[in-house]
Amino acid sequence: MAEFEPKIVAFACNWCTYAAADLAGTARVQYPPNVYIVRMMCSGMINPEYVLRAFEKGADGVIISGCKYTDCHYMDGPVKCDAMVEKLRKELHVLGLEDERLRREMISTSEGTVFARVVTEFVEQLKKLGPSPFSSLRKEKVAV
Amino acid sequence: MNLEDIIRETKTYNCLECGKCTSICPVAKYDPAYSPRGLIESALLGFGDELVFNKELFSCLTCYTCQQECPSDVDFPVFVRKARSIAQDKGQHGVCAHSGQLQAVQRLMTSPAIKQKRLEWLSKEYRVSDKSDVLFWVGCAPYFTPIFEDIGFNALDVTKAALQTLNSLGIEPKLLANEKCCGHDALWTGDVETFKKLAEYNAAQIKEAGVKKIVFSCPEGYRTFKLDYPNYVDLGCEVQHISELLAEKIGENGVKFKEIRKKVTYQDPCRLGRHLGVYDAPRKVLESIPGIELVEMKHSGPESICCGTSAWTNCDSYSDMLRVERLSEAVETGAELLITACPKCQTHFRCAMTDKGEEHRSTPKIEVMDLASLVANAIEKGR
Repeated sequence: MAEFEPKIVAFACNWCTYAAADLAGTARVQYPPNVYIVRMMCSGMINPEYVLRAFEKGADGVIISGCKYTDCHYMDGPVKCDAMVEKLRKELHVLGLEDERLRREMISTSEGTVFARVVTEFVEQLKKLGPSPFSSLRKEKVAV
Repeated sequence: MNLEDIIRETKTYNCLECGKCTSICPVAKYDPAYSPRGLIESALLGFGDELVFNKELFSCLTCYTCQQECPSDVDFPVFVRKARSIAQDKGQHGVCAHSGQLQAVQRLMTSPAIKQKRLEWLSKEYRVSDKSDVLFWVGCAPYFTPIFEDIGFNALDVTKAALQTLNSLGIEPKLLANEKCCGHDALWTGDVETFKKLAEYNAAQIKEAGVKKIVFSCPEGYRTFKLDYPNYVDLGCEVQHISELLAEKIGENGVKFKEIRKKVTYQDPCRLGRHLGVYDAPRKVLESIPGIELVEMKHSGPESICCGTSAWTNCDSYSDMLRVERLSEAVETGAELLITACPKCQTHFRCAMTDKGEEHRSTPKIEVMDLASLVANAIEKGR
């Protein structure tokens, strides 16, 4: 059997993390292709349902990443995001999901290498954890 | 199921278009675009698409006020529920409150592989026994707690109070470590597929547990188990709401209440009252506590007003107006405490009182408490 390849959904803020992922690409930094990046306007607009739905549709791990506290284009996006993540973690904990499957990161525009490192680490970690307990809900197969 | 079957099943064809439903409907009172008669009419005149693509279809509270008044015995709430399942098939759904996470949690729970950690709050204070033939249904409380912390409502307090009360009556109930959502909200928003999966799973778990009776502290779970599960699965046991159990057993096992000098009023949850006709049991429990004076609101019993939202869908400013109206009625009675028997009523009332906007400055304030919490407070400790 082929090795388990985790699927990761990354919700990335347009101004920082998405640009960092772009930078990783232009600088040709190598990182595993397991991540699907969803561009958001701000980490503060990420809704708990987006994350829950990502797990429902078969993600094995989710990264929520945006600007650092002082870099936000909309004043207090990261603070809102932190509050949301804190609540969501408790919810996911009751559902029996491993806490490690949700990762909160702050990656700034120039940190292409950091983005690549985070994804590489996360893929390794998820390979050890195995498929998510919700993976059986996935209806159609998605190619990685 | 198509619209014609739904019309036949709910006897919608009997509709006389008298409009009693719309005139009594708590939503139509505030929301000018919503009309139960209008929804029925569009179905009867063959405008099925107009019905299912109407966003107001999800505004119905399914509180059964209209059905009580209907001279033709049209089962409007069930009509709405089934029309919603057609709407779901066409990709329509209401505006989910709390960003839809409660609905998402329900769908995630259908995964067979999950191992929930829903009983982490259970401390040694509460006596539970795996050998018991009474099952206590914890329900969604562990999921509500993190979401509603910021409006000052911990749903697990109700669960704990209910357990404590059961314990003092000499009942050591069984709890299921991996019970799943009863599916009430999925069913009433038209997501029948999710509901069926949850019902089948729960029924299998309960059969395996071999219990004779299930006790609920939440009227929604109670209604679902009593009226909806038999249509899909076989449970093979009795179900009871904690207020009914208390009304039956109060005074047994040497339980004594201490005096609580308070004037209280009681909000009938629509699931417990109009859906199941349980009006007397909670009142009997309240009256058996010495010192408690029960005063009724302007609308009470079968006429009581809903707390404003059901199944976490279409919660808007109209729902809020309903809550403010109900809270004003409660304050007008001069009561210090508003007692309810449903965790969702409590969530909604507390939410309305926490809102800080300009228009909420005048929202009446009253302390809200669950019946089980009041009883647990009243029970004399150190027996």
